[in-house]
Amino acid sequence: MQVNEYKPLIVAFCCNWCSYAGADLAGNNRADYPAEVKIIRVPCSCRVNPTFVLKAFQRGADGVIICGCHPGDCHYTSGNYYTRRRMAMLFSMLDYLGIERERTRLEWVSAAEGAKFAATMRDFVQKVAALGENKRLEDLRCKK
Amino acid sequence: MQRIGVFVCWCGSNIAGTVDVKQVAKALESEPGVVFSTDYQYMCSKSGQDMIKDAVRDHRLTGIVVCSCSPRMHEATFRKTASAAGLNPYMVEIANVREQCSWVHKDIIIGTQKAIILGRAAVAKVNLNAPLTPGESPVTKRALVIGGGIAGIQTALDIADAGFEVDIVEKKPTIGGKMAQLDKTFPTLDCAACILTPKMVDAAQHEKIRIFSYSEVSSVGGFVGNFTVSIRKKARYVNEDICTGCGACVDKCPMKKVPNEFNLGMDNRRAIYIPFAQAVPKVATIDPNACNMLKNGKCGVCAKVCTAGAIDYTQKDEYIEEKYGAIVVATGFDPISLDKFDEYAYNNSKDVITSLEFERLTNAAGPTQGKLLRPSDGKHPEKIVFVQCVGSRCSSCSEKGKEYCSKICCMYTAKHAMLTRDKYPDTEVYVFYIDVRTPGKSFDEFYRRAVEDYGVKYIKGSVGKIVPEGEKLVVQGSDLLNNRQVVIDADLVVLAAAIEPDKSARPLATMLTASMDTNDFFTEAHPKLRPVESPTAGVFLSGACQGPKDIPETVSQASAAAAKVIGLLSKDKLVGNPCVASSDELMCNGCSSCERVCPYGAITYEDKEFRMPDRTVRVRRVAKVNPAVCQGCGCCTVACPSGAMDLRGFKNDQIMAEVDAICK
Repeated sequence: MQVNEYKPLIVAFCCNWCSYAGADLAGNNRADYPAEVKIIRVPCSCRVNPTFVLKAFQRGADGVIICGCHPGDCHYTSGNYYTRRRMAMLFSMLDYLGIERERTRLEWVSAAEGAKFAATMRDFVQKVAALGENKRLEDLRCKK
Repeated sequence: MQRIGVFVCWCGSNIAGTVDVKQVAKALESEPGVVFSTDYQYMCSKSGQDMIKDAVRDHRLTGIVVCSCSPRMHEATFRKTASAAGLNPYMVEIANVREQCSWVHKDIIIGTQKAIILGRAAVAKVNLNAPLTPGESPVTKRALVIGGGIAGIQTALDIADAGFEVDIVEKKPTIGGKMAQLDKTFPTLDCAACILTPKMVDAAQHEKIRIFSYSEVSSVGGFVGNFTVSIRKKARYVNEDICTGCGACVDKCPMKKVPNEFNLGMDNRRAIYIPFAQAVPKVATIDPNACNMLKNGKCGVCAKVCTAGAIDYTQKDEYIEEKYGAIVVATGFDPISLDKFDEYAYNNSKDVITSLEFERLTNAAGPTQGKLLRPSDGKHPEKIVFVQCVGSRCSSCSEKGKEYCSKICCMYTAKHAMLTRDKYPDTEVYVFYIDVRTPGKSFDEFYRRAVEDYGVKYIKGSVGKIVPEGEKLVVQGSDLLNNRQVVIDADLVVLAAAIEPDKSARPLATMLTASMDTNDFFTEAHPKLRPVESPTAGVFLSGACQGPKDIPETVSQASAAAAKVIGLLSKDKLVGNPCVASSDELMCNGCSSCERVCPYGAITYEDKEFRMPDRTVRVRRVAKVNPAVCQGCGCCTVACPSGAMDLRGFKNDQIMAEVDAICK
């Protein structure tokens, strides 16, 4: 292991019914993905308030990914449609503020897609790592 | 301030193999609120749980963090443990350090670091947890079965026999479904009507069963144990209670050329009709699209001949609202439309028929009284070709057909071929197949009988084209085993069309908020362990609406669904999910944003009096969440512009604390 190798900090919001179960399945199948990804369980992707994403960037996260059920499969019928609209808006606003598009992502991962979860996370971490640290929105007072 | 206990599980070597559990327990000891931290080999075992209980007592814990496997696995276990130790079960949080840490990361340093961070996030969340008490709701001890085929009938009979009231809603004028159209059933060759019609009568006569025929579900509200369903009784222009089913009106009706859907349009019925002799309920129905009296007010013959006076041309659709505790979906299947399969000439030739049409042709109550005659000229066919997998297993042609196997076609084709050879031994019978799939009790023996005892000629290969030439149908196909092309001049071609869910299923699924797969089959709560339940609580699945099924399978699933319904209805009350939304009245400005996004209609508004500092009273409109209806998705919390709406168990500050802990 290299010392001082840059490791991005990734916050993943996963809905309880599809994507969190997909992440569990990735574990069951021992599908490797970078440890930089830290998962927060939410009941539905529509529970993710844009302020949570902003908070993560403020706190120094380098990338935020939100995973939900595939369109049409939401456990709560329509939650992921709200997520899709809200996040389209938020991500474009963040882009305007200088948080590159590659740092934010919305992905549909079903409970059966352990392999997709792992592949998505690998890809996302790689893309964010290529961008380097998030400096734009970070609140330096939060740094120790 | 909470007093939190942290319990790190080894899970044998599952976690301890790639996570230094001792180090995790030590690191979390210094987190805010943590007063006790330990590790153990198997936290979920009895001794592990006892350890938690002892710690709660000895250290006066108010919150628990278990670093273990996924909460989807053992959250319920540890909540029960907390409850047994006198703690509110919702003061427990799980840090998922197995599925989402130790199993995916090979390096022990990396794994340990991540486990500590996940544990820290869980501790941060528990610090803000509040005790939650689930609400209780009563159970309406009645069930609704949607669909009156063999699946619906069996489910209804089983539930009714257990002593609960059941209503069957069937969109057609009679119950019976597809099975009523069949001739004989594989693999025993007993006649479908002989085993189905007694069940139909049982259902009609059962004191606990009510049948709403010619009716549809028009809306569904409520939740498990407390559904409110609106049923639209379509106007049949005949008073069901008075009609004796004598059939005098049918005989006298002058509109004789209405295609008979029960015989798949192969013969005609009248504008007033009883679908078949054993229909239940046996009452006449007027087809408003065919009846002259209803279309232009000229006729009225049926009303004149009806001695009972049951005809009522002014009848209107009637809406009935009923309450149910459980809903069973038994909407069944239909053969797919063959419009896109031009190569089989289904629309060009009357003598290319589907298997269901063949069933009617061989049925003694069918258009030919059971004689196998060509639909075009009424002659006896000398050579019959059966084509299997028409629209099934279409991996390369999914725009035309279905990717899945329709499961029943191999067996019914073997049955058709066998019955044809049995009745008319001079007939040559060919079957084109991709594979013959016979996994079922006595199924393969049945198929082999068709080949070995009845001399049905099976050809492995597909049919490329069917061309009508004169009286014949030229079938061009390939014989893969002999590696040659075959041309058969057939008199009759029978296509085993794929089956698909009934068209009414999709809008119904939307009403029930029950999920469906891409083929519009209802999805089950778990494909192996909960195969007859929908993921939506209180909605159960019976029969082919969940996937292609033959009759024995349908009946077993129907009884299984009934058992689940009986289990639900025998409870006096249901314990709800306490993780629901709640609104802070003082912050709510009554804007209705939350109400608009709620998929369950759980949010209502009420005018509430507030005492102002100057001692005046002001009335304000504020949101109110019905905890029994709310499912806890949290959509409203994000929609709320004033931050009044929050979700218990996943509160804004709790998730923020998790973000903070992870990004520290």
